Amino acid sequence: MKMFSRFAVVRAALAASLSGVAGGAVAVQSKFNLAPPMTPIANEIYSLHNMMLIICTAIFVAVFSVMFYSIWKHRKSKGAVAANWHENTTVEIVWTVIPFIIVIVMALPATKTVVAMKDTSNAELTIKVTGSQWKWGYDYLRGEGEGISFLSQLATPAAQIEGREAKTATYLLEVDNPLVVPVNKKVRVITTASDVIHAWWMPAFGVKQDAIPGFARDTWFRADQIGTFRGQCAELCGKDHAFMPIVVQVVSAEDYSKWVNGKKQQMAALADDPNKTWTRPELMARGEKVYQANCQACHQASGQGVQGAFPALAGSKVVASKGDQIALLLNGKNAMPSWKALSDVELAAVSTYTKNSWGNSAGEVQPAEFKAARK
Amino acid sequence: MSAVVHTPTAGHADHAHDHPHGWRRWLFATNHKDIGTMYLWFSFTMFLFGGVLALGIRMELFQPGLQFWKPEFFNQLTTMHGVIMVFGAIMPAFVGFANWQIPLQIGAPDMAFARMNNFSFWLLPPAALLIVISFFVPGGATAAGWTLYAPLTVQMGPGMDLAIFALHILGASSIMGSINIITTILNMRAPGMTLMKMPMFVWTWLITAYLLIAVMPVLAGAITMTLTDRHFGTSFFNAAGGGDPVMYQHIFWFFGHPEVYIMILPAFGIVSQIIPVFARKPLFGYASMVYATASIAILSFIVWAHHMFTTGMPVTGQLFFMYATMLIAIPTGVKVFNWVATMYKGSMTFETPMLFAVGFIFVFTMGGFTGLILAMAPIDIQLQDSYYVVAHFHYVLVAGSLFALFAGTYYWLPKWTGHMYNEALGKWHFWLSMIFFNITFFPMHFLGLAGMPRRYADYPLQFADFNLMASIGAFGFGFTQLLFLYIVVKCIKGGPKAAANPWGAEDGGLEWTVPSPAPFHTFETPPVVK
Repeated sequence: MKMFSRFAVVRAALAASLSGVAGGAVAVQSKFNLAPPMTPIANEIYSLHNMMLIICTAIFVAVFSVMFYSIWKHRKSKGAVAANWHENTTVEIVWTVIPFIIVIVMALPATKTVVAMKDTSNAELTIKVTGSQWKWGYDYLRGEGEGISFLSQLATPAAQIEGREAKTATYLLEVDNPLVVPVNKKVRVITTASDVIHAWWMPAFGVKQDAIPGFARDTWFRADQIGTFRGQCAELCGKDHAFMPIVVQVVSAEDYSKWVNGKKQQMAALADDPNKTWTRPELMARGEKVYQANCQACHQASGQGVQGAFPALAGSKVVASKGDQIALLLNGKNAMPSWKALSDVELAAVSTYTKNSWGNSAGEVQPAEFKAARK
Repeated sequence: MSAVVHTPTAGHADHAHDHPHGWRRWLFATNHKDIGTMYLWFSFTMFLFGGVLALGIRMELFQPGLQFWKPEFFNQLTTMHGVIMVFGAIMPAFVGFANWQIPLQIGAPDMAFARMNNFSFWLLPPAALLIVISFFVPGGATAAGWTLYAPLTVQMGPGMDLAIFALHILGASSIMGSINIITTILNMRAPGMTLMKMPMFVWTWLITAYLLIAVMPVLAGAITMTLTDRHFGTSFFNAAGGGDPVMYQHIFWFFGHPEVYIMILPAFGIVSQIIPVFARKPLFGYASMVYATASIAILSFIVWAHHMFTTGMPVTGQLFFMYATMLIAIPTGVKVFNWVATMYKGSMTFETPMLFAVGFIFVFTMGGFTGLILAMAPIDIQLQDSYYVVAHFHYVLVAGSLFALFAGTYYWLPKWTGHMYNEALGKWHFWLSMIFFNITFFPMHFLGLAGMPRRYADYPLQFADFNLMASIGAFGFGFTQLLFLYIVVKCIKGGPKAAANPWGAEDGGLEWTVPSPAPFHTFETPPVVK
């Protein structure tokens, strides 16, 4: 009974999302076909796929009508007598050459699209996308908004995933900080990763590019409609592979400028002074947030880790030692990634938090200590 | 053969049927039929095991949200389902068929290296054991996907090492099996059986065996590099140490693409044996079938990077691999045309082997077309790592390889057991498999097109309907295979006596010239082929 009622909730949410009741936020969803294309490239891919589907269906119908005709007519129960021929050079040459011609016809438009997809020159905005377990980092490298940098991660609450709350229409497709780009501008996306391979996939843009640790790859898009578009990580990247969505907001040029200004002010306000001495409660409060955002996925809210995979922090010797923990956080080791990208304040806060939670009691760390430990 | 040496008192009349008894018969087996039987039972066991893992996947995906598994265990399920089905079920099953049928079809008394044959089989159970044990080590089995991409593999626990060792052992077994098959085919054919008179199943296996010898060492190299990256401080695939994670993918797929043909070429062979027998008409275009098989095998070495279009290759690389991949459609098309032409103007009956063979052509061709669609680099970039790909390779691997294995089993079961299976149940097995297969995998095309990535433990609500449908189909498909087990066991235990040539095959191969069940020793004096 419980399962059925939960299921009904899912159904209701689904119906809402499909009928568009939930509003423009989920306008771009498809069910049977490729996502409605929002860029010239996605458009070309969409037509290519239609072309392929038509040609393949035609061949399929042609070949299998012959087969089913034979099955119908040339059966022993209908008194069919088997012929004895078993080769015909002309026919065999014909059905080798014709597919060859069809394949060439298919390849020509595809070639044009491949070349267009690879042309990342003359971009008006360049954004670096960094995949990491299990969130996306966005750095605006060149163009309006240069210098903006933020992380983007899943905003769906755990309660929805675990079935304790009703799922909303954007279930698993919502993030805290979406990527914002201007409409009708060529955006070059440079992908890389900090731990394992991820893939940045935005179906409506026809963009999928692996993010490979230690290497930079690039792709591009020019969104021709304003709206919110949703995608997901496409390369298996560990346990929360399904939980690192991508949301892109395409906005008008004016709205984009507004967003850039707002974001810059916000970043300036958030910038912490690493030389200030922080109090223990300040560090603990900040540390808890940093822990939830970055550490909890592996080491768990309980600090107990997952046996055999992720070590417990409760009672950990590394956590108890100041020097070892600082070195581990900055440099990483095996499955533990380097957290250099976090600020000194965040690192000091999370370090203090782990040193004083779950029964640990190992003093506090100040941002200056991390600053000093960085070379 | 040792079997003969140990039983000197056997009467001459019984000689052909005499064999050691009890466990020695199997542990020390050197008889190709016994070893073939063991291969088939092993692969069926692994098939059920891999199937249970698949049902675990479909259970979790029945509806959105996490209900049964944690995502890390879900990833173990998808990974091990792939590894077990590819290396534990499909590949050994075809080797089992090769063991049983190749000597019978070419008129050889046994495989060329009987003791190596024993060893290549008995390597399999330890490998399977390592795979099973890996679920119980800290961190569980490897969860890096069956493709075992670096650097995710470096994060895995000891289950990864067990998987690597298991693959090494399975690879060694495959290489030995291939050497045996090639040597047997090239040296032990009956007088008069020239290469171009060999049955198609033998031809496809000859080509497959060469593929195996060429690429299994490449896989061994890739996973050994993974092992040293994990434990001995090397950086083959670690950019920070001067390596390249994408190099792993190149090496893996240089193995992986020929591998998919390793799993389908013998299936082509089986279908090419069955269609002419039940159409009562010789195989159309025998020579072009051989050339098409060889072309597919050769092309399979130059298309590997079509699995990697999204890694960001240079434009020339993308175009080369796109064109090369599209070319494969041509020889594959020739095969399908030949099968249809064989059926045309035949006098067909539709016993279970024929049903599965015709079903194979129909459904496999759909997988072939989605393969052609995926070959187009721009479309592939949209669909790579989505459920469309999952649909595609299940259409060629389940509807392709597995259906051909079922077809072959029903076709040769009378020869193996001496009994006819229950035809009505066989037909039920076919229709249920066919229907549930399509309920399971057809909706996955839609899921992939609409944007659902593969290897996801949970998914957005827009994908709920088709996942529900796929899960229902999967359970139906899974339980249908228990019917297959029942049919086979029932057929082994009894049933109507099978004639030497139960299908009335006119030109079906030498296996139909020996009695059913095939005696323990056959063709001790070689038959002469005209």
